[in-house]
Amino acid sequence: MKSPVDLWVYLSTSPLIWLTLTLCTWIFASEISRRLDRNPLVNPVLTSILLLSLIMTVFDIPYQQFFQGAQFVHFLLGPATVAIAVPLSRQWERVRRLLLPIAAALLAGSLAAVSSVLLLGALTGLSQEVLISFLPKSATAGVAMAISASLGGNPSLTAVLVILTGIIGALIVTPFMNLMGIRDYAARGFAVGLTSHGIGTARAYEVDETAGLFAGIAMALNAVATSIVVPLAAAWLNG
Amino acid sequence: MLRGLAALLFFQLLGESLVFLTGVPVPGPVVGLVLLFLVLLALRGRWRETVAAVEAAAGALLGNLGLFFVPAGVGVVALWGVVQDEGGAIAAVLVLSAIFTLAVTVWTFLAARRLLGHKDTAA
Repeated sequence: MKSPVDLWVYLSTSPLIWLTLTLCTWIFASEISRRLDRNPLVNPVLTSILLLSLIMTVFDIPYQQFFQGAQFVHFLLGPATVAIAVPLSRQWERVRRLLLPIAAALLAGSLAAVSSVLLLGALTGLSQEVLISFLPKSATAGVAMAISASLGGNPSLTAVLVILTGIIGALIVTPFMNLMGIRDYAARGFAVGLTSHGIGTARAYEVDETAGLFAGIAMALNAVATSIVVPLAAAWLNG
Repeated sequence: MLRGLAALLFFQLLGESLVFLTGVPVPGPVVGLVLLFLVLLALRGRWRETVAAVEAAAGALLGNLGLFFVPAGVGVVALWGVVQDEGGAIAAVLVLSAIFTLAVTVWTFLAARRLLGHKDTAA
């Protein structure tokens, strides 16, 4: 008969326990979010990251060991990014009718997201690695992390900045738009989807159906726009 | 569902291959997204069963989009030093950039819509 300590040593080095823990933590965090009416402060992504990080720290588990199990979940970011094509093609008729405002707002918004990071980053003296990881923060996580990795940034840092950008946008969009007296829900939704990707889109759907639709369109388009704008900005930064 | 997932992976594979061959600095999955989008538009009304399978798989993945960025997010524990040293600056840039992006996007959208002079009836 082996001891529980032996069992822990055996389990903690296998991918199974970390994959199971990642899924269970996500389900738990989603349940908390659902019970608190999807308040952006208890965003399940943030809660899951905090809980899992706490467990890793307490049990002194190296990240590489955790990732051996969690990589199976991580891998699905790729096909999930491709999947954005489905809502985009379904809503294509709607997009076509407002093509000019959408194209103009996409261009201005994606440039604003990147240039404001360049400017504010220079003012606050961010290091080069942090700055590169920061640039794609308005794109959905899978795309942002891929851009960051290809430009020598840190994809993990990018993931956290993407999530925080999502939560900040979701928190401020409604008071901000009301303060500005903007009642066009297509415009409001497009702005939050472009700024805060999936987390902003989820928030927009809670406020208004049209806002949610345009937020989803903005998220999909900005995934493409960001992957063109950020490499250009990084080339300019290095050149 | 399985057919749908295979289709999504196939388009990602196409995207990654194109990026590898051409060297364009765009993530492979984004190229896959664009290719699948074009195919779905071209298919309009045909191959219903396959398209439905793709839609089911896409719905399942997008419904749990948040889960997929948890593993990478946990990696920030390893970067605690960086985040600690530049924490204040990072927080300031995050908030100000989000407000600026929201404002520029919404005002551009409204200005262009006024220029166009037409209303989207459902909005």
